[in-house]
Amino acid sequence: MNEQAKITARNVSVFYGANRAIDDVSIDIDRDNVTAFIGPSGCGKSTFLRALNRMNDTVANARVTGEIRLDGEDIYAPEMDVVQLRARVGMVFQKPNPFPKSIYENVAYGPRIHGLAAGKSQLDAIVERSLRRAGLWDEVKDRLADSGTTLSGGQQQRLCIARAIAVDPEVILMDEPCSALDPVATARIEELIHELKGRYAIVIVTHNMQQAARVSQCTAFFHLGALIEYGSTSDIFTNPREPRTRDYITGRYG
Amino acid sequence: MATGHEHTVKAFDDDIAQLRALISQMGGLAEQAIANAILALQRDDAELATVVREADRAIDAIEAEAERLAVRIIALRAPMANDLREVVAALKIAGVIERIGDYAKNIAKRVPLIVSETRIDPISTLPAMARMAREMVHQALDAFAARDAEAAVRVCESDRALDDYYDSIFRTLLTHMIENPTTISQVAHLMFVAKNLERIGDHATNVAEMVYFAATGIKLTDRGANAA
Repeated sequence: MNEQAKITARNVSVFYGANRAIDDVSIDIDRDNVTAFIGPSGCGKSTFLRALNRMNDTVANARVTGEIRLDGEDIYAPEMDVVQLRARVGMVFQKPNPFPKSIYENVAYGPRIHGLAAGKSQLDAIVERSLRRAGLWDEVKDRLADSGTTLSGGQQQRLCIARAIAVDPEVILMDEPCSALDPVATARIEELIHELKGRYAIVIVTHNMQQAARVSQCTAFFHLGALIEYGSTSDIFTNPREPRTRDYITGRYG
Repeated sequence: MATGHEHTVKAFDDDIAQLRALISQMGGLAEQAIANAILALQRDDAELATVVREADRAIDAIEAEAERLAVRIIALRAPMANDLREVVAALKIAGVIERIGDYAKNIAKRVPLIVSETRIDPISTLPAMARMAREMVHQALDAFAARDAEAAVRVCESDRALDDYYDSIFRTLLTHMIENPTTISQVAHLMFVAKNLERIGDHATNVAEMVYFAATGIKLTDRGANAA
């Protein structure tokens, strides 16, 4: 097994009813790098991302075949605790979705239910550390009791990242985390991804080619449910091997 | 590397086509400048030498235009993969062709310096070398126009023959100087002309290397290393 692989997927297919959204994908996700999933709408990249922490379990009719292992552990095994899995493999969504609670509670909620803090002072420390890592602390430290929904879009997204970080995950999945943000807020998230790299394995789905090129070290190109090409971001964007990859990233697709 | 179909944003194709047209136009002027410079030398034609110098200004102007366009494409279109390689290659090729134009101009500048006395015999060996150098430039530009990596390799391989020709002319001129010391100042200029032609061949090789890189994504100099 590849030592660098945090997640290994083998022959993974995902079905929605009779419709096959992901077709026999095998991939190793590197533990120290940021991996970008790119591809046209409907190519299956988000579906595959959601298979990595079993978010598809919540979708009726969704079925996953093949094998996905997190540090060698089969995440679809019957004994796998899905709540625990989602703490280990956190997720940040396209639209910032803070809980309608205080900024503090948004971050404290996860550690509390997972029993990660022994008392109030430990919980305070986790909240501060998570907000600092998410690059939000200085902006919110004097208003931790305010509702998370009072923040700007970019701040809300960083709050969601702080919330994901708070439970000390091993992997962070990001599904188009900047698509609802302005360029400055986007740049802050990208900078944050850069800072978090190495501490967590990060997988990001993005429609923005430049963003994929900027933030990731590995890039996977999906098309019609298949993994077409996977390699170093530098190779994919300067000299892709597959004509379909080339046509997509150069703007010739379809 | 022709992909067989167009960008979704058609204006992108127009920009790249325009950049390629500028390179071809520059290359044509540079080829013509080499031919005219040698003809001026042969015929002792000061007027034609002036034409070469003026053509060099035109080449410089097109280079500046190509550079502006390439920078604009990079800024506005953010080209990727083969598109990016092509724009970067075009930018560098424009600079190299500008240098080729400079060498042609340098040859033309020597025309008035060699006219004074009786024409010297060794001058007759230069047109054939000039034809070779010009042919290399022509082939390199054809390879660029066709995005033809194999044609680019052939251009690089032909540089050896031009280098050999240069060595042979060098020895001929040296012998001539030893035997006719009164012609030394004249023949020294011819040596520089031969050297300029040899350098033009090197630059044509550079163009071909960039054509190869744009088409394949592999440095031509790395290709041998990988094969070995």
